[in-house]
Order: sequence, then structure tokens, then C-alpha cells
Amino acid sequence: MSEITQHQSSSVRSYLVGFGLALLLTAIPFVVVLFTSLTKPLTLSVIAVAAVIQILVHLRYFLHLNFSPSNRWFLVTIAFTTVILVIMVGGSIWIIIDLNRHMMPMP
Amino acid sequence: MQATLSMALTNSHEQTETQADEARQLGFWFYLMSDGVIFALLFATYAAMSHSFAGGPSGKELFDIRYTLAETALLLTSSLTCGLATLAALQQRRNQAVVWLLMTLVLGLSFVALELSEFGDMIGQGAGPERSGYLSAFFTLVGTHGLHVSLGMVWLLVMVAQLLRKGTRFQVLSRLQRWALFWHFLDIVWVGIFSVVYLPGVLP
Repeated sequence: MSEITQHQSSSVRSYLVGFGLALLLTAIPFVVVLFTSLTKPLTLSVIAVAAVIQILVHLRYFLHLNFSPSNRWFLVTIAFTTVILVIMVGGSIWIIIDLNRHMMPMP
Repeated sequence: MQATLSMALTNSHEQTETQADEARQLGFWFYLMSDGVIFALLFATYAAMSHSFAGGPSGKELFDIRYTLAETALLLTSSLTCGLATLAALQQRRNQAVVWLLMTLVLGLSFVALELSEFGDMIGQGAGPERSGYLSAFFTLVGTHGLHVSLGMVWLLVMVAQLLRKGTRFQVLSRLQRWALFWHFLDIVWVGIFSVVYLPGVLP
């Protein structure tokens, strides 16, 4: 019983740590967009990096995904899905941008 | 998560139950991944349509970042209360779990209410989904997420009813964990939405 209690008090801590990190990683891009005047590419990079780290924080602290053996299939499927996503999203955007360029009206 | 749940069980019949629970958990995870693919393609559509204004308004003219900030805070806090609800249920504190679930429901309802009022404002300005390819993509992406949150709240109510009627028995806890996975997943999608749609949308 003491083991369970200990495990769960650490879980409360895990949720609070995750919540704190997520708050911070949300505040950073909002502050950058609202109160600073960085160049657009730099601002977009900050937004992208904060988003990727925040998603990893959610997976780690809220969905309890880690590298323990019992999580192997969860990790395999999320890795596979990520590959599919990169191909489909990246490929679609690439094709559409290319198409847009070729469909430009002639001067 | 599963380790915590299985700790509550000792005899062999219950271990069979645990294995079935792990299979369900993994099956539900497969569903979440496929749902992730749907959202990713809606994101790709949005990116492809991001300049197709057809002479209509752009995000810069339409978005009020205060709405986005409030929606983000509501959904993130609801992720915390959702986690605390599952922990309380695992500790057999049923009433506490129900209170956390109802708080999650209030936060979720506020989120959907804000989103609907935002959509209403936009449609009132003549910037509905039929205005341009950009707005069609916007309403499809953000609306699909809002629909998921709404269905998540229906599921939440079912879990409240089951906790009250059946108590914190193993099957109920197992379903509650899958609901929590779903709810946390929607928060992850929202991180994508404010990072891809709203924040870049309001940049000059």
C-alpha cells in the first residue's frame, strides 16, 4: 500500500511539473508574439520550438510515456505515426507550394 | 499508468483482467494515432490554404489573441484536473474524482462556449466558412477539434455516472484512463492549433 501511495504522490507531482512546464512553454510564444518585435522568421522559430517541446512535455508528464519496456508498443506506434505524418504533411505542403508557383499567372 | 492500476490487483483472475486492460489501452492508443493523422491532414490543408483569402479577411483581421489565450488556459487547466481525477479514482477516492471530473467539465464547457462565441463573431462579420478557402480550412480544423472536446465531455458525463453507480471498480478505472488519454490528446492538438493557426495568424 505504501508503494502505491508513494507512486501516486509522485504522480501528483508529475502532473504539477507538467502543468508548470506547459504554462511556461505557452507563455513564451504568446509573450514573444504580443510584446516583442523580433523578425518574423525568428518569431515563427520560437513558436515552433516551444510547441514541439510542449508536446513532448505533455507526452511525458500527462500521458506518462517513457522509455520503459512496458511502453514499447506505444513508442513504436507513435514513431510510426510521426513518420507517416512527416511524409503526408511535408509532402502535401511541398506539392501545393510547387503547384502554386507553376500556376502563377503569366506577366 | 498501467503499472499503477495493476498494483491494485493480485490474484490470477485479476491478472488476466490486467492483460485485457493493457490490450484495450493499446487499441485505444492506435485509435488516437489515427485521429492524429486526421488532424495532421487538416493542418496540412490549412497550411495549403493559408493564403487563399479570395479577397476576404485574413487571420490578422479576424483573430483576437485574448480569446486564444483564455481558451489555451482553460484547456491546459482541464488537463491538470483530468489527471487529478484519474489519480483520485485510482486511490479509490470516488467523490473526489467526481469533483475533479466536474471541474474538468466546467473548464471544457467554458472552452467550447468561448470558441462558439468566437465562431459566432466571425460568421456575424461575414467571415464564415463559405467566405474563402482559408476560412473553410480554418473552421474545419478548429471545428473538428471543438467537436472532439464536446464528445469528450459526453464521455466525461458517462464516466461520472459510472463512478457514481458502479464505484471505482477495475473496469470503470480502466475506461477512465482511456478517457483521460483522449482528453490529454486533445490538449496536444490544441497546442498545434494555437502554434500553427492563431499565433502566426496575428503576426504582421
